[in-house]
Amino acid sequence: MTEQIPTDHTEQLPPGLQLEKVDDRIMTLNVGPQHPGSGHMRIIVKIDGDYIVDADPDPGYVHRGEEKMAEVRNYLLNIPHLERPVIHDSCNILYPYVLGVEDIVGIEVPERAKYVRVIAAELNRCVYIQYWLAIYGIFLGHSTMFMWPAGDRELMIDLLEKMTGARVTHSYFIPGGVRNDIPANFEDVCLRQVNYFEKRIKEYADIFYDNPILKARTEDTGVLSSQDAIRLGTTGSVLRASGIDYDVRVKEPYDVYEELDVHTNVLKDGDSYARSKIPWLDMFESCNIIRQALEKMPKSGSVRTKLRPNPKGVGNNEVYKRVESGRGAAGMHIISNGKPEPYRVKISPGSFRNLIALPYLLKGEKLGNMPAVYWSLNYWPVEADR
Amino acid sequence: MSVIAPKFRLAYFLKAIIDNVFWIIILVALIGIPAIQIGLFYGDLPVIEGELLTAFLAFTWLFNPAMALPLVKSLIYSDLFRIAAFPGFGFAALIAAGTIFVERKMLAKLQLRVGPFYCGKIEGILQLAGDGLKLISKEIIIPAKADKPIFWVAPVLFVATAAAFVSLIPVAPGGWVVADLDVGLLAVFAVIGFFPIITVLSAWSANSKYPFIGGIRALHQMVSFEIPLILSLLGVVILTGTLNLSEIVESQSNFPWIIFMPIGAIVFFTAMLAELERIPFDLPEAESEIVAGWLTEFSGMMYGLVQLGSYVKLYAFAALFVVIFLGGWTGPVFWPPLDEQVITTGLEIPSYTGDPFLTISTPGLPLFDADPNEWILQKQGELQYTTGQLLISGVIWFVLKTVAVIFFILLPRGVFPRIRIDMLLHIGWYKLIGLSFVNIFIALGLLYTGILGPGGIL
Repeated sequence: MTEQIPTDHTEQLPPGLQLEKVDDRIMTLNVGPQHPGSGHMRIIVKIDGDYIVDADPDPGYVHRGEEKMAEVRNYLLNIPHLERPVIHDSCNILYPYVLGVEDIVGIEVPERAKYVRVIAAELNRCVYIQYWLAIYGIFLGHSTMFMWPAGDRELMIDLLEKMTGARVTHSYFIPGGVRNDIPANFEDVCLRQVNYFEKRIKEYADIFYDNPILKARTEDTGVLSSQDAIRLGTTGSVLRASGIDYDVRVKEPYDVYEELDVHTNVLKDGDSYARSKIPWLDMFESCNIIRQALEKMPKSGSVRTKLRPNPKGVGNNEVYKRVESGRGAAGMHIISNGKPEPYRVKISPGSFRNLIALPYLLKGEKLGNMPAVYWSLNYWPVEADR
Repeated sequence: MSVIAPKFRLAYFLKAIIDNVFWIIILVALIGIPAIQIGLFYGDLPVIEGELLTAFLAFTWLFNPAMALPLVKSLIYSDLFRIAAFPGFGFAALIAAGTIFVERKMLAKLQLRVGPFYCGKIEGILQLAGDGLKLISKEIIIPAKADKPIFWVAPVLFVATAAAFVSLIPVAPGGWVVADLDVGLLAVFAVIGFFPIITVLSAWSANSKYPFIGGIRALHQMVSFEIPLILSLLGVVILTGTLNLSEIVESQSNFPWIIFMPIGAIVFFTAMLAELERIPFDLPEAESEIVAGWLTEFSGMMYGLVQLGSYVKLYAFAALFVVIFLGGWTGPVFWPPLDEQVITTGLEIPSYTGDPFLTISTPGLPLFDADPNEWILQKQGELQYTTGQLLISGVIWFVLKTVAVIFFILLPRGVFPRIRIDMLLHIGWYKLIGLSFVNIFIALGLLYTGILGPGGIL
């Protein structure tokens, strides 16, 4: 049997490698994966002059098979590697896994551990948002906005280091509580640093958010209406910037969030400016939550229910838990078949859902708006690729 | 991976030095000495103290302390010195190097970090030298399908054009400018017109997408901002009635033009930021959209040359702003607080014991005074300032003003994000051109009411 030679070779080439005709008005740009304006991913952008006519995000460059790896390790050994997709937000990405495993194994969590978890999760959310904001600043050519959040992030990292012993990859949450108790005198240090942090991030308004050039660049670019935001299935800050009041911490409270007063920040514009402002407002909210949690936390007690070694699930069980991570609702679907290893762990990260809005938003935009729109979607390529 | 450094051995070290010395001697003997001889044979030799300088006389005078001063003076007043060192490229490159260092340190302070710190022990002062050495030692990579001759020549042309720009700037009174043209300002416009051509040539010859987009952006930006740039300077030309830059500076001995033309100065400053591709107008090098714009394919010392050229260009634009709006070298004349005798003939401090062997005598510093008799004239009240006084204080004022302008060019980098191309063109064509016409009408009004200009009140 002879193999048929395709007449048109361009049809067989993968996207992004299509040959261009000389007289074509459209130019194809491979933005990434080796590009300072993309993350670990590629956006195949077709431009006509200065206007984008087509944008095709191509994720998967840093796919590591975390979900498959989870099937050959037991419930405890999964913890350190399941946080790898977002090491800057490691507490929040582990949160749904730990909640799910607690359901499967059937274990109660002490009250103090729940508060400690909330404090760690909110601190980690601030760390992530600062990192994200730094990159948003440098994408818009604002180098001071790169350096300030990257420096102020250290305050929160220091606190997390005191709690967990690690600066970035904490592996702090375990089924049944947290790995270790917080150190003595932590409450005072935490309160002081959080107050100072709040004072620092207020200054970002002067240099970044009230900057007339920034407003002129990001306002009315990449507008996502509230119907489109729901239809495309976006979550987190993208959804809230489009005027929809949705936060997992409020709508489906987990651990002790229902005892805390959580305020959801909503903006109606749905443009890049609103999408970049929501995470910044979320940081103020996180500071409030940390202060409340420090007040209401039981001052002493256990932070960990002892697990038996190599815990097993009880029969065939299936559980889906989700939390509000820095990038939106992060879910974990865990299926157990009574063995020490989970049968299947499906990660459903928030950033992958936000990416789907990118082709819709970029079409018809100018090339100069591409970084402003792309990074305002609160997308973290490594987490989306898993 | 760990790299084990080779063990230091004195014998190898000495052998390396001897090898280098050997090759240096060979090269000097085979190339340097014949070149010097050819130069001495064909070149015009200066006349010093009534004697034609020959090679033999030069060697004789080198060891004669009395002749050192005339030799140095003749060097300073030669064209080579002007082009290579003081008002020309060396001076500009020195200020450009200082600018890079100040930019990095200032930006670091603004962003709550340290900046260059280790290289050179004192606040990383040798960082630039280290970066330069690194760039020189790197391999030059050229895209396979690039138009190689044009791609090679573009960085060199860029630096050469920047140097040509520098050569038109008068720095100090008494003709301290490489090319003192009567149409100096016109020549400046002509030189500025070369930059977009070189940018587009280098971008197109790289045969790559990102440099191409960057080059087109640079072309749009430079061409559309050249018009307000030129129009904003016309007000000064109308009032002074000359295009000679030295005469424009001398017309500001009472007041700088920025007092009467703040609008022109603002328009010129904004257009200058765009021509220099500084933030917020650094679209041709916007790294988050088009990698490094038209610089993407340059590597090694080609990139270094473009960077050197752009900072020399920055100095030249700042100096042009100073010359036209801030009064160039004009300012209160001062002399380093030294006695007149120290400069002219040298001091003789007799020993308090009266011992003639312990008398200290200094040689004097008459280097900056063309004629020591000027001091006598000044004492008699016929001359207000000597040439040396005017030169020294003029250069100091010029450098101070230029550094101040450079500071304001650097500052937006820490404060503003990058602008978008349509907003940029909107600013250029709608706002700046209108404002520069307003400036011209102000100048015409001042001229026809007889307040300023030739025959004016002030």
